[in-house]
Amino acid sequence: MIEMHHICKTFRVAQRNAGFGEAVRALFRKDYTLVHALQDVSFTIGDGEIVGYIGPNGAGKSSTIKVMSGILTPDSGQCVIDGLVPWKSRKEHVSRIGVVFGQRSQLWWDVPVIDSFELIRDIYRVEPEAYRRQLDELTELLDLGEILRTPARQLSLGQRMRCEIAGSLLHSPRLLFLDEPTIGLDAVSKRAVREFIRRINREKKTTVILTTHDMQDIEALAQRILLIGKGRILLDGTLEQLKKRHGGQKRLAVDYGEKGPDETVLLPAGLSAAGKAEGRQLYEVDTALLSVSEAMAALSQLGEVRDLTVTEPTAEELVVSLYREFHL
Amino acid sequence: MRLYVRYLSILLRSQMQYKGSFLLTVIGQLLGTGCAFLSIYFLMNRFHQVKDFTLPQVLLCFSVVLMAFSLAECFVRGFDTFPTILSNGEFDRMLVRPRNLMFQVLAAKMELSRIGRFLPSVAMLAYGVTGSGIHWTWDKVGVVVLMIACGALLFSGLFVIYAALSFFTTQGLEFMNIFTDGGREFGQYPLSVYGEGVLKFLTYVVPLALVQYYPLLYLIGEKENPLYGLLPLAALLFLLPCALIWRIGLRHYRSTGS
Repeated sequence: MIEMHHICKTFRVAQRNAGFGEAVRALFRKDYTLVHALQDVSFTIGDGEIVGYIGPNGAGKSSTIKVMSGILTPDSGQCVIDGLVPWKSRKEHVSRIGVVFGQRSQLWWDVPVIDSFELIRDIYRVEPEAYRRQLDELTELLDLGEILRTPARQLSLGQRMRCEIAGSLLHSPRLLFLDEPTIGLDAVSKRAVREFIRRINREKKTTVILTTHDMQDIEALAQRILLIGKGRILLDGTLEQLKKRHGGQKRLAVDYGEKGPDETVLLPAGLSAAGKAEGRQLYEVDTALLSVSEAMAALSQLGEVRDLTVTEPTAEELVVSLYREFHL
Repeated sequence: MRLYVRYLSILLRSQMQYKGSFLLTVIGQLLGTGCAFLSIYFLMNRFHQVKDFTLPQVLLCFSVVLMAFSLAECFVRGFDTFPTILSNGEFDRMLVRPRNLMFQVLAAKMELSRIGRFLPSVAMLAYGVTGSGIHWTWDKVGVVVLMIACGALLFSGLFVIYAALSFFTTQGLEFMNIFTDGGREFGQYPLSVYGEGVLKFLTYVVPLALVQYYPLLYLIGEKENPLYGLLPLAALLFLLPCALIWRIGLRHYRSTGS
C-alpha cells in the first residue's frame, strides 16, 4: 500500500547568534545550516497494518507524515501510495486518506460539531446515504451522541479528539495518519481512542500509521514499530522482536526477609545484581545466557526466598535504552 | 459554488457568536470612513474644485474605490490574514483536503464587519451619482458596476500577492499595505491629482487608474470613446501575475514546509 524508497529531504535553516549586533548583521547576510530531516528513508507498509512510528522530537517523524500525506515534496526518492505519488496527485491522493493532527483542530470552533461534519461531507463529496451510515457508526463507536450538538470550543480535550478522529473518517479513507492522537488525554479517553483504532483496523481493514510518544499506545496498538532518529530509519520490526533484540532482559525482584541474601555466593554468568527497591533485591537476567528458572534456582542459594516476581522491561524503558543505544 | 455558500453559512454563524465585537468593529469602520469623508468635504468646501473635479465627482471616485476595497476585504479576507493561516497550521489542513487551495483560502474567512465601510460608500455613491451632473444612460450604469467589480478583483489580486509573499517570509509584509490600504487612500481623489508619475505607476504597474480615473473621464463626458469605459476589464490582466506569484510561493512552501 505504501512504498517509500530512499526519500531524502534537507532544509535550510537560517541561523544567527544571540545579541543585537548579530540581529543587525543577519539583516544583510544570513548564515544557513543544512538540516537533514530525512536521509534515505525507505519502508513498505502493507494493507491493514497498524504501524507505530516513534522517535524523539525533531527526528523526522512529522516530515515523513507530511511527505506521505502530500504536504511536503521530498528532494529525492520515490513514494507511491496506492499507485499514486502524493505530492503529484494531491487531490486524488488526499481524498483517500484521513489525517488527524493531535495538536491542531480541523473543526470549526464556534459551531456545533455536526455542522463541521456536514461541511467536511461536502468537501469530500460524500454521498448523503454513505455519510449517514458512516456517521451513525462513528457516533455509536466513539459515543458521540450529545457531543455532536455542542460547539467545538466547549468540548473537553477527550471529546474533541474523538470528534477529530470521526471527522477524519467521514469519507471512509483506507489509510489513516494519526499524529499524536492521545496527547494530553486522560486515561479513560486514551483507552477509548485506542480501542476505537484497534476496532476500525480489525473491522474495516483501515491501515493506520500513528506517531506517538506514549509507549502504551504502541504496546496497545502497534503490531509493527518504525524507529526514526536523526532522519534515518533505525529499526523496523515488531515489539516482540525489539524486546528480544534487547537480550531478552528480565528483571527479578526477590524478597529475602530480614536476613537478606548471602552476598558472598558468586552469581552465575547472565545474572547480575541491580540494586535494591522497596526492601527487595533486584536482579537482571540475560535470557540468552541463563534461563529464568536457572536464575531462580541460583537465587534460592542466597537465602530463604519469601517472594519473587519476574518482570519484563516496559516499552518505555525499551525505548529509552534504544534512544541511548543510537545516541539520540 | 454550493460548497462556497456552505462555508459562508458556517462563517456567518461563527461571527454571530460574537455580536458585541462585531458591532464595535462595524462602528469603528463607520467612523474611519466618516473621517475620510469629512476631510474631503471640508477640503472641497474651501476650494470647490480639485483639478476640475467637483465634490460629487470626487465622491463618486472615492465611493467606487471604497466599495471595491470593502468587498475585497470582506470576501478575500483569507488572503489578507494568510500569515495567520500559515503559522497556525490551518494551511497544512487545507493541503490534505481534496479541493483547490485558492478556493479553500478564499472560503476560509469572511469578514462581515466590513459592511461598516460598505454602507457609507453606498451613501456616497448615491450622492455622487445624483449630484455629479452626469446624464445617466444604461451603458454608464454598466461602467460603474464594472469599475466596482474589477476594482474589487484588483484589490483581491493585491491580497493574493501579499499572501504569496508570506510563503517566503512566514510573517506578513507591512510594505504591501502601501498598495492595499494605500490604494484605498489614494483612491479618494481622481488619480490624476497626484501628478504624472503616480498616474503612470497606477496605470501600468498596479492598474488602479484603469478602474477609477479613466472610466471616470468617460462617465463625466470628458472622453467620448467608450473604450475608456471598458478599461476596468483590462485591469483584470493584473490577476495573471498574481496567480503566478501564488503558484511560485506555493511550490516553495511545499518544498520547504515552513
